[in-house]
Amino acid sequence: MEIQMQYYLLVSTVMFFAGVYGFVTRRNLIAILLSIELILNAVNINFAVFNRYLFPGQMEGLFFSIFSIAIAAAETAVAIAIIVNIYRNLKNIEVKNLDELKD
Amino acid sequence: MNFLSLFVLIPVLMTCAMFLLKDIRRIRAVMVTGASLLLVLAVTLTVMFLGQRSAGNDAEMLFTADVLWFAPLNIHYSVGVDGISVAMLLLSSIIVFTGVFASWKMSPLPREFFAWYSLLSIGVFGFFISTDLFTMFLFYEVALIPMYLLIGVWGTGRKEYSAMKLTLMLMGGSALLLVGILGIYFHSAPEGGQLSMNILEISKNTIPMNAQYLFFPLTFVGFGVLGAMFPFHTWSPDGHASAPTAVSMLHAGVLMKLGGYGCFRVAIYLMPEAANELSWIFLILTGISVVYGAFSAIKQTDLKYINAYSSVSHCGLVLFAILMLNQTAMTGAVLQMLSHGLMTALFFALIGMIYGRTHTRDIREMGGLMKIMPFLSVCFVIAGLASLGLPGLSGFVAEMTVFVGSFEHTDTFHRVFTIIACSSIVITAVYILRMVGKVFYGAVQNKDHLALTDAVWFERLSVIVLIVAIAGLGMAPLWVSDMIHESLAPIIEQLIK
Amino acid sequence: MEYTILIVLLPMLTFIVLGLLGMKLKACTSGLIGTLSMAVTTVISYATAWIYFTGARVDGVYQKWVPFNIEWLRFTDTLHIDLGVLLDPISAMMLIVITTVSLMVHIYSLGYMKGERGFERYYAFLSLFSCSMLGLVLATNIFQMYIFWELVGVSSYLLIGFYYTKPEAIAASKKAFIVTRFADLGFLIGILLLSFFTQTFDFGVLTSGDRSIFTQAAGTTFMGCSVLAWATALIFVGGAGKSAMFPLHIWLPDAMEGPTPVSALIHAATMVVAGVYLVARLFPVYYFETPEVLHGVAYLGAFTSLFAAVIACVQTDIKRVLAFSTISQIGFMMVALGVSGYGGHNGTGYMAGMFHLFTHAMFKALLFLGAGAIIHAVHSNEMSHMGGLRKQLPITHITFLIACLAIAGIPPFSGFFSKDEILAATFSFAPAMGWIMSFIAGLTAFYMFRLYYNIFWGTPAEHEHEPHEAPASMTTPLIILAAVTCVAGFIPFGKFVSSDGADYIIHLEASVAITSVVIALIGIAVATVFYRKKSSIPDRLEQTFNGLHNAAKHRFYIDEVYLFITKRIIFNGISRSIAWFDRHVIDGAMNGLAFVTNKMSFAIRGLQSGQIQQYLLVFLAGLLLITLLVLVC
Repeated sequence: MEIQMQYYLLVSTVMFFAGVYGFVTRRNLIAILLSIELILNAVNINFAVFNRYLFPGQMEGLFFSIFSIAIAAAETAVAIAIIVNIYRNLKNIEVKNLDELKD
Repeated sequence: MNFLSLFVLIPVLMTCAMFLLKDIRRIRAVMVTGASLLLVLAVTLTVMFLGQRSAGNDAEMLFTADVLWFAPLNIHYSVGVDGISVAMLLLSSIIVFTGVFASWKMSPLPREFFAWYSLLSIGVFGFFISTDLFTMFLFYEVALIPMYLLIGVWGTGRKEYSAMKLTLMLMGGSALLLVGILGIYFHSAPEGGQLSMNILEISKNTIPMNAQYLFFPLTFVGFGVLGAMFPFHTWSPDGHASAPTAVSMLHAGVLMKLGGYGCFRVAIYLMPEAANELSWIFLILTGISVVYGAFSAIKQTDLKYINAYSSVSHCGLVLFAILMLNQTAMTGAVLQMLSHGLMTALFFALIGMIYGRTHTRDIREMGGLMKIMPFLSVCFVIAGLASLGLPGLSGFVAEMTVFVGSFEHTDTFHRVFTIIACSSIVITAVYILRMVGKVFYGAVQNKDHLALTDAVWFERLSVIVLIVAIAGLGMAPLWVSDMIHESLAPIIEQLIK
Repeated sequence: MEYTILIVLLPMLTFIVLGLLGMKLKACTSGLIGTLSMAVTTVISYATAWIYFTGARVDGVYQKWVPFNIEWLRFTDTLHIDLGVLLDPISAMMLIVITTVSLMVHIYSLGYMKGERGFERYYAFLSLFSCSMLGLVLATNIFQMYIFWELVGVSSYLLIGFYYTKPEAIAASKKAFIVTRFADLGFLIGILLLSFFTQTFDFGVLTSGDRSIFTQAAGTTFMGCSVLAWATALIFVGGAGKSAMFPLHIWLPDAMEGPTPVSALIHAATMVVAGVYLVARLFPVYYFETPEVLHGVAYLGAFTSLFAAVIACVQTDIKRVLAFSTISQIGFMMVALGVSGYGGHNGTGYMAGMFHLFTHAMFKALLFLGAGAIIHAVHSNEMSHMGGLRKQLPITHITFLIACLAIAGIPPFSGFFSKDEILAATFSFAPAMGWIMSFIAGLTAFYMFRLYYNIFWGTPAEHEHEPHEAPASMTTPLIILAAVTCVAGFIPFGKFVSSDGADYIIHLEASVAITSVVIALIGIAVATVFYRKKSSIPDRLEQTFNGLHNAAKHRFYIDEVYLFITKRIIFNGISRSIAWFDRHVIDGAMNGLAFVTNKMSFAIRGLQSGQIQQYLLVFLAGLLLITLLVLVC
């Protein structure tokens, strides 16, 4: 028996909203970063699933997933670097303390 | 290349030169050369203009040039002058010239000061030679913006506050103006066809009446703010009081004239029907300006405030005369612009020089300066006499032309207002004599002042040039008056049409 | 005759030269330059007057000559200011008066002002004044007159304030300028009105007798009076300001703070009669178009004359006495013009007014210069510091006495003849007026001799230095003017000046002449009894009429009224409240606008928290909302 497409999409939706929830509520930068990764991965699942079910035989969706995984890796590296620097300067990584550019 | 574009090109080169030079002597040399060139250019232009006119060239604008600049909106860089612009260019060049000498010892940052100063002159000269609404507006803004920095950086007293206030109020005015200009642009071709920004082209068409009703007040108030029209004049006392000498001179002497000039050239010339209908409202406001400014000046104790309020009164008379909408009164308005420009520049120059010595502008703390600095004091008395309209100096010619012209209006309402405006000559005498009496006559108030010195050469030069111009205009007014008078003919034709 | 313009240009040139180079020149050099230039001007003026009076008659009537005229400023096609020279009997007469007195004052000042700081400035201002006064009388049109009118005002201001370190002098100069400026406003509005309806400034046209130019104005009324009456009345206000008519007289007594020769020139002989000259210049307009205004001039003149004479009786500063006597005498001239008719013997008043202007200029200048010599000797203006000076100052004494007799109206001195004509004219106008004027003439005799006795007789006061006679440069002008005063009455004045330009034969009316002489003699006699020796009568009278005396001494509190109006109402009331209004209401509104904008932005900026999570939340909420909306609709 083949697994229906909806189940994949259900998982990805849950992941997506878990990510969004985490992004909005978390105060810790690392946690926010993790949430963003969740969102990205939910999207990646969608790419792969749609490619597999709607356009079998074509590879664009897979490529796109791989592409975005690569970008996510790069982005994470940069983000971690920023966070490390923030930590060095402020001794914590709480978002609410980062309002120096506000005024 | 067009002859008139030199008026913009020279200040542009001066501004650029400021970025390359470091040595204060070189900077001064460049400024003096540039300003003198402008002065010579303006005199040449006047002579050439009069020559052309007497040779029978009766085109509305002479020395015209036109370059397409931005085709989609039909914006051109188009220049040309008539008698009014020539007079204004002459005035501006005299004041730019004397302003350079008045800020000879400018510190700190003389290089930056002169750079902004030159930028300001670009705007002023560009405005007077433009015949295209858009470029006119552009130069208008170029003239306004440097003011913020010039006052904010080099000013005295509450300079940040004043700079902010002046800039914001004038920007508010130019916002109205922009709407007005766009309104004119979009109605410039009522019968269809190419929309135009060119003043001469627009004047050939009649803008629809309902549009005029909307855009005439916007344009007039927009320019009126710069012309210190009541109740939009309050930037003037604070702004002028805080500005450095040369900037006060240029601002009160030339920039405030941009307002009056714009009222003629844009508001009334392009929307004559609305001008005829609505002028009475503004007449009341400007009539108030004239008397109100004079009364306010009586009570002031700061020399610059006295002169700023006096400017409100005198510039009110400019707009007042414009609104009489007849040729004589309008000639008077332009003469008053010239005369007030020279006079007030002289006043601000002298006040700056006195302040530089006594470090106070409060008239209660000064006295008996006539003995200590006779040259400056005598010049100040001359400026005062010019301001209260002594025959033989420029103020008299201008005021009398305004009064006679305004009184020629057949409507009783206008004549009664003229009489009210006339009464300002008495009030002017009161505050001028009070100021002169307190500051220059009597016993020396402050013993420290006894050690002060009189004017030095560059101050003398700047003051003398202005006095010569004032006396020249006052003694032989006919050629200027005629030049302006005939240039007004097209505007009057529009109004009668 | 184009050279007549030199009469104006020469003093102006002197002013410019002395003004620019004065500091570099030696004091006496600048004095000499000024005096010489004035002498040349005088010669030219005399020659001009001679040529005019000998050559300008056509059919026995003097014509107006305009030997020089250029356009100076053009307003409209019909209205333009010309600068030119107009010669007619009164301007030629004024030329003589002004240049004579001015030359005398120039010479006199060489001695009087010797060693003063600012000697060259003084001469520069004197030249400026002479230039403007001559320009005023030679004006071809009313606007030219206004131009020079303002210029004499300024020269007067500068000269009154000559001692610029003295607070009284500054205050006096300011007062003089502002009061006359206020009057000039009336003049200006009058000119505007007149020119609006007649479309001309030109005196030649206005006084030509062509009444058609006034038809438009005659029909128009404003507040119940014809506009023409308004115009001429307002023009007269200008004249009243310069000629110190009540209630605009307050500046003249204070103007005595200036140097004494200046008082003689400006505030006695020339500038203060400009108002009289103005009325005389426009006389046909006044007489034919607005006779009611002309009568008003007469009544105001009579009142001022009486008012000033009463005040003059109790002043103790000799220059103030002379100042009030000047006001009173100008009142006489105004009355004379006001009661005059036009042409032939109806024009007695006109002729008499001009005649009195002429004689008065000479003897009043003499009085002031004499007073200057006295002040020079005793260093004080107060009568109490004088007394018994006739021994020490013989020449001054004699010349002063001649002038006193002349002003009192004793034959054969000049004042008698002119005053007698004025009285004759007033009697024929209205006997009551005649008697009032005669009474004032008596008062004049009284206060002048009170002055005379207090200075030269009575008990000598204590002096630090023994008073001595003035130097020759000062006594010579006194002697010349005294000589003129003695003979001027015999000039057949009516042959030169009359209302219509034709010959007017002066003949003395015995009844009027005798009355006036008798009244004058009574006045002198009373003064002799009161003041020749120390007498207790004046003090007793003072006690009896304490209220009146005090009021007169304080000049009937007019100054206080002015002070109240200017200080309390204009300065503190109007001006202060306007200044407050401007700073707090208008500027407050602008600042309020800025304040509100600022507050608004503070209120709104809370939304801009910088927390991306918050933004995202709002973003998501919005997205959800829109999605729902799309789904529902």
